[in-house]
Amino acid sequence: MNIDIVQHSPALILAVPLLFAFLTPLVDRISEKGRDALFFLGLIIMAFFVAIMAYEVYTVGEWSYVFGGGTVTPTGADSSFFRILFVADGVSAMASITLTISAIGAAIYSYTFMKDETGLNKFNTLFFLMVAGVNGMVLTGDLFNLFVWFEVASVSSAALIAFKTYEGKAVEAALKYMIISVIGGLFFLLSIGFLYGQYGVLNYQLLAENITGTNLDKIALTILVVVLALKAGAVPLHFIIPDAYSMAPGSVTAVLVVASQAGLWVLFRVVFTLYGVAVNTLTIGWIVIVLGILSMFIGVTMALVQKTVKRLMAYHAISQTGYMLLGVGVGLAVLGKPEMGLYGRTAMEGGVFHIINHAMYKGLLFLTAGAIIFKTGIRKLDDLGGLGHSMKWTMGFFIIGALAIAGIPPFNGFASKLMIYKSVYRFNPLLSIIAMVVSILTLASFVKVFHSIFMGPKDEDIYDTGDVPKPMLAGMTILAAFVILFSLFPGAVVSNIVEPAVEALGVI
Amino acid sequence: MNWEAILMTMPYMTVVILFMIGLFTVLFKKNLIKIIMGIAIMQNAANLFLVSLAYRRGEHAPVFTSAESTEMVMPTAHALTLTSIVIGLATTALLLSFVIMIKKHYGSINTDDVRRCKE
Repeated sequence: MNIDIVQHSPALILAVPLLFAFLTPLVDRISEKGRDALFFLGLIIMAFFVAIMAYEVYTVGEWSYVFGGGTVTPTGADSSFFRILFVADGVSAMASITLTISAIGAAIYSYTFMKDETGLNKFNTLFFLMVAGVNGMVLTGDLFNLFVWFEVASVSSAALIAFKTYEGKAVEAALKYMIISVIGGLFFLLSIGFLYGQYGVLNYQLLAENITGTNLDKIALTILVVVLALKAGAVPLHFIIPDAYSMAPGSVTAVLVVASQAGLWVLFRVVFTLYGVAVNTLTIGWIVIVLGILSMFIGVTMALVQKTVKRLMAYHAISQTGYMLLGVGVGLAVLGKPEMGLYGRTAMEGGVFHIINHAMYKGLLFLTAGAIIFKTGIRKLDDLGGLGHSMKWTMGFFIIGALAIAGIPPFNGFASKLMIYKSVYRFNPLLSIIAMVVSILTLASFVKVFHSIFMGPKDEDIYDTGDVPKPMLAGMTILAAFVILFSLFPGAVVSNIVEPAVEALGVI
Repeated sequence: MNWEAILMTMPYMTVVILFMIGLFTVLFKKNLIKIIMGIAIMQNAANLFLVSLAYRRGEHAPVFTSAESTEMVMPTAHALTLTSIVIGLATTALLLSFVIMIKKHYGSINTDDVRRCKE
């Protein structure tokens, strides 16, 4: 028996969480400690395979994993061209790394955060299924598997949002999320039908070779962009995000942020790899830029008027998604033109770098918000106050996250935003100025939140003294450590992780 | 009149009509159960679309026992449809269970009453 683990790592990244998803409820019947141990063990084994795959991608290069063996031949002479394919490249490696870090942080945090809930074996199952679904969305090499993993991620995310079924609002948010996701998925299926009916293939690589930009292709592209922007939570399809993020348990929200980003990754794959220069990239690029600018501005202005802490942060998540769309949209607008080398590539790197930064600091902020609600049971900003006296560690993590999201040097949010500002300025100065104004509004909003939660006199009535339990602090520490790591070495992250991802999208 | 061409487009016409009925129900009905029924109709429209795409007139169905030669219709779209039916079952079941819990908490399944998240 000689199994090449490196070669099989893309499949194992999915197989491990799927196995543990259905193993944990069985072990739960024997012992609860064993179930918790398996929960972490499963994620650690998955992290191991993600590390192997990423190392191979960064040192040797990308490869396609064919289920059932064989290799892919572009001409389709080999029968494997309609087999199930996984693509291990810069995009899937970066997305899997992002997911793994926030999933492990959220899992450790959940250990005490979810302790008082019932039905934790189902929580573990759903958590593993969501992780598998999101990984599947970024790893898959054909459109139909993308639809399947999209639905796996949607179903498990919706069930996790509604995990506290005793709160009516959580079920309401999950119902909205599910209805919108299902309808989005159906439109997605229709556009897959349009492409399959014309070309008879579903594989990204083979479709990309065949697509010529017929009217039907353009209709399919429009549907795909709309559905994936919806999944990513961009304005004007953002309305499910604030409900879902604010009502889900805190640890789930941190992973939901990454689940939304999977929609963004797939959007980039579709517009760059699948369509590329077959359609007018300037038009599509401007559509993405306008979506980004609207998301940034509407997200932050809606955040300023919010009264509950998690809802406010959810609107900021929409606003930050705008930066990613702006950076990559500028790259798309100049795709295949000489401006690409001048500033388009930097803009794309900034947008893609912002994805991993956002997953870290936004996850951290949602975990701190969860800690505040865990300790006090209060969601409204007006009713909170004076927590800085007792929750010193949580306050420290909140400051790290807030400075990073506002783009204050030397934090990682600044590194990626600076790349976006300076490159977008050369494309169109107005867009860059809007991005900076949004950043200032973000800072203003977080100063307000910080003041109303942590400052003020000590109020003994609303909380008992002391910080949240240690596992929750440990979960936040993991994400905060990565925020600081990316802040200290932005250059190393860009050249080792971000550049391969941009190159995998087909940008030279 | 080219009746054969009209007949060949009938499945696609049905897909469009079914999809529109489903979309109309989702957009304009206030009852959550009716909205889920609309989604189910849209799911069936999408399945019918995939099956119609896979149909090749006069070719062999991709069933090994009934084929006389090795030339068969490519079964990819059929596989997609089966998967999509299973996914449709899972999503409909989850949506309906959410509606049961909504009814417990809110005492109503009218969308006008189910909007407390913004408070």
